[in-house]
Amino acid sequence: MDQLLGMAFDVFRAAGNGIESIAQAGDRGIIAHTIDYISRRSDLILELMLEHLWLVVLTLIIAVTISVTVGIIISYYESFAQTVLGICQVLMVIPSMAMLAFMVPLFGIGFTTGVVALVLYSLLPVVRNTYTGIRELDPAIVEAAKGMGMTERRILFKIKIPLARPVIMAGVRTAAVMMIGIAAIAAYVGAGGLGELIFSGISRGHQPMIIAGAIGVSIIAIAFDYLFYYGEKRFSVEGSTREGN
Amino acid sequence: MIKLEGLTKVFKGHNIPAVKDLNLEVNEGDVCVLVGPSGCGKTTTMKMINRLYEPTGGKIYIRDEDVLQMDPIKLRLDIGYVIQEIGLFPHMTIYENIATVPNEKQWPKDQVKEKVDNVMSLVGLDPDVFKNRYPSALSGGQRQRVGVARAMVSDPSIMLMDEPFGAVDPITRARLQNEFLRIQERMDKTIVFVTHDIDEAIKMSDTIAVMKEGQLVQHATPSDLLSAPADEFVSNLVGRNRSIKRLHLIRISEILEDVDRAPAIKDDTKEEEVKKRLDESDLRTVIVVDRDNKLKGVVGVNDLKRKTGEVAGDYYQEVSDTVTDDATLNDALSVMLEIGEGYVAVVNEDEKYQGTITLGDLLNVVREES
Ligand SMILES: Nc1ncnc2c1ncn2[C@@H]1O[C@H](COP(=O)(O)OP(=O)(O)O)[C@@H](O)[C@H]1O
Ligand SMILES: [Mg+2]
Repeated sequence: MDQLLGMAFDVFRAAGNGIESIAQAGDRGIIAHTIDYISRRSDLILELMLEHLWLVVLTLIIAVTISVTVGIIISYYESFAQTVLGICQVLMVIPSMAMLAFMVPLFGIGFTTGVVALVLYSLLPVVRNTYTGIRELDPAIVEAAKGMGMTERRILFKIKIPLARPVIMAGVRTAAVMMIGIAAIAAYVGAGGLGELIFSGISRGHQPMIIAGAIGVSIIAIAFDYLFYYGEKRFSVEGSTREGN
Repeated sequence: MIKLEGLTKVFKGHNIPAVKDLNLEVNEGDVCVLVGPSGCGKTTTMKMINRLYEPTGGKIYIRDEDVLQMDPIKLRLDIGYVIQEIGLFPHMTIYENIATVPNEKQWPKDQVKEKVDNVMSLVGLDPDVFKNRYPSALSGGQRQRVGVARAMVSDPSIMLMDEPFGAVDPITRARLQNEFLRIQERMDKTIVFVTHDIDEAIKMSDTIAVMKEGQLVQHATPSDLLSAPADEFVSNLVGRNRSIKRLHLIRISEILEDVDRAPAIKDDTKEEEVKKRLDESDLRTVIVVDRDNKLKGVVGVNDLKRKTGEVAGDYYQEVSDTVTDDATLNDALSVMLEIGEGYVAVVNEDEKYQGTITLGDLLNVVREES
């Protein structure tokens, strides 16, 4: 839930003054206008939603692949781990606008910049959870596997990753929800998606556009969060019969 | 079979060695028990044998082959290993847990299945019941059985067992020990067995290696250890009640034939005969069995007074516990104390009645031995 709020915060911060003025003016016609706008431009909104979704999914796939790999590697090199986690931490606390701005000189304006920025942004939750998920496994389990003659590779894939999976997935969920919000801001550097509606709404003072964009982002975020929540619940139901050794 | 020469381990950052200049030889088919107080280096010694720890100095030979030159993975696949904390994989079923080594060895599926079923039955876990369960759904004793089954499924000739029956109550432990000894009698594996419990050491071992602060103090048969402890440390370890400790060394089956006691009665015995047999009995009770010699229960004088039927099968009392004939005299003593009787009925593996032994019988043994 707090992730959702964080996401919403990001969007509203981006929408900034626009939203504020709506709230203050208390313009009753705004709801009707928004509904009207949405029904007129439903094609465009849907297209931007898909673009947004695509940006998030693609970034998530890349980020999770990198993060899980990094998390696994640093679980073997303790001395290395704190440095890597520190770097990820720094990447995450850079304000999103600043991060995007940094990327522009390197990758220009466009989709790629958005993807790269989002990937860098969302490394920490998954790297950290993969690392701690593996490190905090019961050492007796790993030692039993080793003592019976399993190779390190087999131990990783048959024992460590499956057992750390719930913790890793929790990290992925955090990353995903965070990403959906920041992806809206990525429209600022031309990455596309629902952020476009919001930003052009702001610059034109077109409130229904801003609201339509915010609603779209919220729908995606809620859908994602629900998906993960549901998935985790299924895991933990299974897990309750499996764990607790 | 297994030979340790000057084996030494100094952990990084420690200045006192965890194991120091250890020389030990274990013959083929023997159970060698490493015993000593917690922290004396038993686990460390064991983990050097399968190279979970690399020795700081010394040599390890298995069948005259230098273990330190062998591929550790191959070495470990051929040594059954029961770790102190059991270490079952919580995300795998009992079947998958036990099948670990066969799967690593890439045995064909049906062979794995057959072996797993066999070894589960061997350790007393019905495959149909337990196969698809997860470790969390098992009791402590059952988990330890799985741990042992997992170590012996591929029939290794050498097994390392680190306090394999440590985490269960004394009664369950005695049962697991007896079952394991029964299995070992057939399998004849070479076993290094770690415990901090001298009673368990005496019971399970062919030879006992007593360790203290990383060093070997004495390596002897349990009988020699009891009669000639090498020093104060060992004699303190075996304790003052050495003659009682000998009860660990003797199986019930060994004394059962010398015990002269009235035989059991069948459950269709009439009152007259029951009365007669009760008078003859030195226990004021008589054991009741069915036609197949399976133990039904016991009839005492009071049961006969309050009898509720014509034949013994109508009014016998069930017994609260029995011992098997491969249990030790010490197990028999524990059960007697547990059920608060001066006798205990002995049955075999198939629950057929074998005889009864009494506190008096145990006393006679202690008297003779000392
Ligand atoms: N992995 C390890 N790293 C550092 N010290 C260890 C390690 N394992 C055991 N030790 C130390 O070595 C000594 C012997 O331990 P251990 O072999 O486990 O004893 P035991 O099994 O007889 O109880 C202890 O002092 C213990 O603290
Ligand atoms: Mg130990």
